[in-house]
Amino acid sequence: MAKTPLPKNLELPPAMIEGATSVADWVIVWPIALPMLGAAVLLMARKRPEWQAPFAFLILLATLVANVMLYLRVQAEGPLSMTMGNWLPPYGISLTADSLSALFSMVSAFILLIVILFVQSEIETRENKYGYHPLLLLLLTGVSGGFLTGDLFNLYVWFEVMLIASFGLLIIGGRKIQLDGAVKYGFLNFLATTFFLIAIGFLYGLVGTLNMADIALKAPQVEGGAIAAVAALFFLAFAMKAAAFPLNSWLPASYHAPDPAVSAVFAGLLTKVGVYALVRTHLLLIPQSHGQLQVVMEVVAGATLILAPLGAMAQTNARRALGFLVIGGIGAMMAGLAIGTPLGVFGLAAYAVNSMLVMTALYLVVGLVERMGGTSDIRKLGGIYRANSWLSIMFIVLVFAVAGLPPFLGFWPKMILVLAGIEMQSFWLVGLILLNSILTSIAGSRLWAHIFWRDGREGVNSEQINTKIRPLPQRAVVWGLLPTGALVAFIIVAGLWPEPLFRAGGDAANDVRLASDYVGAVFERVPETKGEGE
Amino acid sequence: MEIALACLIGLFFTVAIYLLLSRSLIRMLLGIAIIGNGVNLLIFTVGRVTREVPPIVPDGEYAPLEPIANPLPQALILTAIVIGFSLFAFLLVLTYRAYQELDADNTDTMRVAEPEDSPRPPLSY
Repeated sequence: MAKTPLPKNLELPPAMIEGATSVADWVIVWPIALPMLGAAVLLMARKRPEWQAPFAFLILLATLVANVMLYLRVQAEGPLSMTMGNWLPPYGISLTADSLSALFSMVSAFILLIVILFVQSEIETRENKYGYHPLLLLLLTGVSGGFLTGDLFNLYVWFEVMLIASFGLLIIGGRKIQLDGAVKYGFLNFLATTFFLIAIGFLYGLVGTLNMADIALKAPQVEGGAIAAVAALFFLAFAMKAAAFPLNSWLPASYHAPDPAVSAVFAGLLTKVGVYALVRTHLLLIPQSHGQLQVVMEVVAGATLILAPLGAMAQTNARRALGFLVIGGIGAMMAGLAIGTPLGVFGLAAYAVNSMLVMTALYLVVGLVERMGGTSDIRKLGGIYRANSWLSIMFIVLVFAVAGLPPFLGFWPKMILVLAGIEMQSFWLVGLILLNSILTSIAGSRLWAHIFWRDGREGVNSEQINTKIRPLPQRAVVWGLLPTGALVAFIIVAGLWPEPLFRAGGDAANDVRLASDYVGAVFERVPETKGEGE
Repeated sequence: MEIALACLIGLFFTVAIYLLLSRSLIRMLLGIAIIGNGVNLLIFTVGRVTREVPPIVPDGEYAPLEPIANPLPQALILTAIVIGFSLFAFLLVLTYRAYQELDADNTDTMRVAEPEDSPRPPLSY
């Protein structure tokens, strides 16, 4: 059907980008596309278990390089955006990276690179055949997609990608405890994404757009209680995803069930996407909601900060105790969100990086301890220091880092959060952040004392040497201890030389504060004058 | 029309939340299925109930001649149905496997990951 020529007087708004997207802008697609392609290829090659690990490692290496390139680009030129299918925003689906999202995406790829090495120390042939590596790559796809997307509905889709990949990883192996944990994890997380979808529906009804930059332009003009209700729904959904108190019960119920490597990835990555989404919605998309919900945020942050380490102290299962420490970190990030000033977001971003690295490393160390002791029950462990002093040194360093003792990595973000709290005059929140540090170091050092320092198991013979400890097999030393040691070394160096962390956190806070840059990056492609439209 | 749909959505959510509060996993699954449908209806309604004119531009024209139905909510619902269906299918199989392995359909008796009589933490140190 031949089209009649366009009438000269027709006024159509521009909707398409003319010409191809420049190749340099594709850098924002690779962190998502590479792991997704890798997962697809590995699924096709599932009959070749020997290919899985090397290929996954290469793909992750390439993903990390792509992430670093994206981060450097964002550092140099400010927020970067690309809209799919040559549609102009807000019609097409945008991917948008600013310093915050590029930073989180980069750290996620780095963590997965370490974990994929660790996986080689424990993977069984059967698990390998059922798609362990593809699921890990898909998880990273979902996480990076969630960080880098510039479209709210697209964020929902990435949440679901992340969710289905984590379901698979949670039950691979099929032990009873895994099925039990997966039921609780599955139902509650699915419910959280459903709440998110409800909030998206209402927001679309109010502002008529789903592009984040477009929402950031339109939502502040919507007045009245409706937008506050939508913001509260977002807060509910994302706080559940982030496992903030009182919506945290799914995390300690499930994170200790799968393999240690899977626990480590979950602890490092999943909850932080929830935190990131909270920052996006409450500080960028609907900025007026931060004031409306500030009291709720403060109460949630304070309660999470205190109750999580108390929960950790009450556990006899080491990995469940670590689950509570993950939640404690979420409390610190929620405090940064509640403060909401640039300094608060600075502390939040830096703490999130710290928490991603440190919690992953803690789970990996405890995974090796379980290998040696055959259990994660701290009453039955003991004497690991005598058997493997390196592991115990790593563990105590990580405990100090998670509690925020100087000169380790966790100290610097907590210092920023305390400064931000003092600046905002919310002294009780500052007090709770400091109290959290004390309680966390008590909980962590109790774990250390029982697992490592004590000579034997609990009971009358606790001074006798624990004979149930087996040395780590060669495979676990090469693939387990070395990557974990490298991660811990990285954490120590980053703690002693915190300059890059400060710069990254400051840039992230700057980008979140300057919403106009984010919006500008998305809409810069709009042509100044409309052409003939052909 | 909107009011009738809003009441229907409210009914869906009521039923779904009632079912989700149950201890039985099968009822919770039904609740998940119903809340998914409620959300789909909600997206449809907040996208404004417009006249049933398909959003198709006639031949030889560059814009639709009369007001058309909003296609975006329908695209969103389609995506949500697909995702919701696949996750529901997963949860269904997971529940069945959990029933086989743990012999429990009641969340109160599913205590493998969180033992009910969990021991007190050690008091040393």
